Amino acid sequence: MISVEHVSKSFGTRQILRDVSLSVGKGETMVILGASGSGKSTLLKMIIGLLRPDSGRVMVNGQDITRMNEDELNRERIHMGMVFQYSALFDSMSVRENVAFGLRHHGHFSEAEIDSIVREKLHLVGLDGTESLMPASLSGGMKKRVSLARAIALNPEIILYDEPTAGLDPIRSTDISALIKRMQETMHVTSVVVTHDLKSAYYVADRIAFLYKGQFRFIGKPEEIRNSDDPTVQQFIQGRGSLTEDSHTGGDRG
Amino acid sequence: MMEMLEWLGRKTLGIFDQLGAIILLFVAAVKQLPKISFHETAKQSLDLGVKSFSIVALTLLFTGMVLSVQMAGVLTKYGAAFSIGGIVTIAMGRELGPVLCGVVLAGRCGAAITAELGTMRVTEQIDALRCMAVNPVAYLVVPRMVACMTMLPVLNVFGVAIGIVGAMLVAALKDGVSAYTFFHSIQVFCGTEDISAGIIKSVIFGMIVALVGCDRGMTCDAGAEGVGKATTQSVVYSIVMLFAANYLLSSVLF
Repeated sequence: MISVEHVSKSFGTRQILRDVSLSVGKGETMVILGASGSGKSTLLKMIIGLLRPDSGRVMVNGQDITRMNEDELNRERIHMGMVFQYSALFDSMSVRENVAFGLRHHGHFSEAEIDSIVREKLHLVGLDGTESLMPASLSGGMKKRVSLARAIALNPEIILYDEPTAGLDPIRSTDISALIKRMQETMHVTSVVVTHDLKSAYYVADRIAFLYKGQFRFIGKPEEIRNSDDPTVQQFIQGRGSLTEDSHTGGDRG
Repeated sequence: MMEMLEWLGRKTLGIFDQLGAIILLFVAAVKQLPKISFHETAKQSLDLGVKSFSIVALTLLFTGMVLSVQMAGVLTKYGAAFSIGGIVTIAMGRELGPVLCGVVLAGRCGAAITAELGTMRVTEQIDALRCMAVNPVAYLVVPRMVACMTMLPVLNVFGVAIGIVGAMLVAALKDGVSAYTFFHSIQVFCGTEDISAGIIKSVIFGMIVALVGCDRGMTCDAGAEGVGKATTQSVVYSIVMLFAANYLLSSVLF
């Protein structure tokens, strides 16, 4: 479904990703773990075509999106949804308008159908009755859930999550993780989750990829990463000391 | 001395850099013109045009009044007070009306466009648009450009009319020039080209303000400081380009 092949990316003189390769199967949930600044969000933005790699290619549904122009990319993006780290809700629009945004632009839906889909998606993320609220009046967890409802409005085949539990309290983090799991079970979507929240990663992941200094240090099942004998992987999952990142950049928060 | 020259060089390069950027943005906006959202354009026309009416009206009212005060003294001295209406109308219609409307629009609307789009950029709302397969130029730039290009000429016509009435009142009350004499001189001295050229200028100035505002916002640096800096640049670049364009247009049109 998604195949990242020998991708490298630099911002100025700082190399963020070095010849990384990763494949995500249909219906699979891949979690990309890594310290802040390790290149996780950069990789995610390449999968949806927001950034282009310096070398290598990204295949989505068998198509090389790195060679596509913006119009061709948009045709692919209709089948993808993204949940942003800070939600990225349109702050001048209500919750209803945020969730309905994609439907209005890409579907031939009547107002009644849009209303029905918005209610259904908000129900799915546990936010019934919030249609008329503005983003400014929502809590961080609610914003993440509205962002997810917006991302799934057009029933995408792929959902990308950028730090979905960052900045949330443990209860809200668990709620969001449960939602990601539910999306996988009910919609059978292919998911890529960028996070450094280990609890969430173990819960939602079919496989985990650990990104360190711009390269994948480990790719495997959750139980395999727990038992990994790689000292860097163990240091990260046990939270011992600090993983120095010489590839940190302002252009990437992940 | 060298520091001053370097500063001047940087500023000049900045202006030309911005000129190139708005030409590219204009080409991109023209390509996206068929996808224009009439609802969004009407909303922008209200925000950027209709709500600017009072400030434009006040600016041109006082400009017309002060022009009458200055001209009446000189013209009366040489026995040519009867021509004041025509002179004020030519000055307002050809130059002061479009230029002052453009400056007001740059300060009020160009800054607002940059602040809004800059905030959208730093909060990833523009990335969210792209992820939802919506072209930011079509959705954000085209409605603002069309709104500014259509509303500025309208504001200019109303503003010039208000300025002429202000000038007429001052001429009548202060210097005893009758309303009949004032408007008769307009008929004698002025042609339709004095107003139509101002309208053509206003269309171009509206385009400059909108495109500079959009470009600065969509390319601003991260953080509140980045948005603030971009907003200042937007006003400065708009005004400089507007005066340069005014010189070129005056050379061509008259």
